[in-house]
Amino acid sequence: MVALLKVDELSLTFGGIHALDKISLAVETGTITAIIGPNGAGKTSLFNIISGFYKPKHGRIFLDEKDITKSSPPKRASLGLARTFQNIALFRGMTVLDNIKLGNHIHLKSGLIASGLYWGQAQREETALREEIERDIIDFLEIDHIRNVPVAALPYGLQKRVELARALAMRPKLILLDEPVAGMNREETEDMARFILDLREERGITILLVEHDMDVVMDISDYVEVLNFGKKICSGTPNEVRKSEAVVEAYLGQKKPNLVGTI
Amino acid sequence: MEFLLEVSLVGLAIGGVYALIAVGYSLVYRTTRVVNFAHGNMMMFGAYFFFTFAALLELHWSISIILTLLCAAFFGAGIERLLIRPMLGRPAISIVMVTVGLASILHGGAQMIWSAEDFFMPQIFPDAPLVFDGMYIPSNTAYGFLVAVSAIIILVLVFRFTRSGIAMRATAGDQIAASTMGINVPSMFSLTWIYASLTSALAGIVVGSITTLNPSMGIIGLSVLAVVILGGLDSIFGAILAGLIVGWIEAVTGFYIGAAFKDVVPFIVLLGILILRPYGLFGTPEIERL
Repeated sequence: MVALLKVDELSLTFGGIHALDKISLAVETGTITAIIGPNGAGKTSLFNIISGFYKPKHGRIFLDEKDITKSSPPKRASLGLARTFQNIALFRGMTVLDNIKLGNHIHLKSGLIASGLYWGQAQREETALREEIERDIIDFLEIDHIRNVPVAALPYGLQKRVELARALAMRPKLILLDEPVAGMNREETEDMARFILDLREERGITILLVEHDMDVVMDISDYVEVLNFGKKICSGTPNEVRKSEAVVEAYLGQKKPNLVGTI
Repeated sequence: MEFLLEVSLVGLAIGGVYALIAVGYSLVYRTTRVVNFAHGNMMMFGAYFFFTFAALLELHWSISIILTLLCAAFFGAGIERLLIRPMLGRPAISIVMVTVGLASILHGGAQMIWSAEDFFMPQIFPDAPLVFDGMYIPSNTAYGFLVAVSAIIILVLVFRFTRSGIAMRATAGDQIAASTMGINVPSMFSLTWIYASLTSALAGIVVGSITTLNPSMGIIGLSVLAVVILGGLDSIFGAILAGLIVGWIEAVTGFYIGAAFKDVVPFIVLLGILILRPYGLFGTPEIERL
């Protein structure tokens, strides 16, 4: 197995605060890996470093064995990295279809002048793109009925799904999902979990996700990495993590010494 | 009321030119959240570029326009790269102050380069006024309107249908998301300033032809800023509509009430509308969650 994403001794500080302290992890091709941890553990900071919005103080990031530590977010996108956001970052004024097409922006070859000169080619490209989006994304994510609706008018669960659709249109190798089922009801959560599993099974897309819903995390992940106060405290299969003392402590606090009978 | 139609036509024609200037403001505001107080003076520089090529160097007007647009493109890109981009991430008010400073520099610069005298633009439009059904519209105003409308149409088409236009809209919508989609956000900022500078240069040529050319013509930019606020700072469509409305009100009050009121009444209307709609006619209400 090859690590598609490798994070090596990553540190990030905000002023004097260590948001991340020497985090290392490897995400193997074709797996679903979850990052969990209490609030403020540094999960989203780690995502922001991987997608290029924060610059780490130390450490390096490799995508497909290529050092991307210094690459800009657009560069990382063109190398096959896509992500969704905790607070949904869709283009609110546009329709669902326009949002999804924007995901494919990096793959359109014809530029401004070329699309003027080679009208036919640009149109063929557009038609091919449309078919791909219809078949592989809209049908797959079951959002056919809302394709022409402005995204701002959609309920939260569907907006999350559109965001995933847009990430898929980038034809990524690796998708980062920041809390993909947060705020969803049972049914929406199950749908989303099924989509994530299908993405891996049917398309071999590697997935790294941050999630608080432990049922989902334990059900769909192959590996779980646990952060607390910017440090990695545990990693392994869901079962290993579930049994780890350090994880129980991080979530529930330290066991008090048994005081009964000492008085 | 027999002149109402004629006065209205002239007003709407001037309004079209306002709209072209206004579009430059809202382009920059939408994408970079900067209110560019130097926009009027960038327009004035555009007019002087044209004057230099067409009158001082005596080039043909079509070549002069192409050269002016080229200069304006570099001018806009240069301002963005050298003055605005280093300020990214600073408070909005600091960036606005940079544009205010730039406005003074351009004003003074134009006086130093071209002197403070009034010049007449070389005549590019035909002399004869346009006549519709017995109503006269001065030639410069009528053709200026046509130039403005064509420029706006081209701009809207670029925004709707080209890859870079769509990338610019995406950048205006959400910079973080755009950047994740593989859009190079800083280069979209440059492109925005280039487009704004191109529209301002065209507007400068038109305004210079309708009035005269002097370093203070940038002042018109400030009245147009009021137009932009009326339309809603971040709405291109609002800027166009508001331009037409203000042009019409100015012409009608100037004719029926008196020239002295021409500059006042549009602002009174502006105040009235802003009391009812604080975000302008088509602006996006900002909702802040606490």
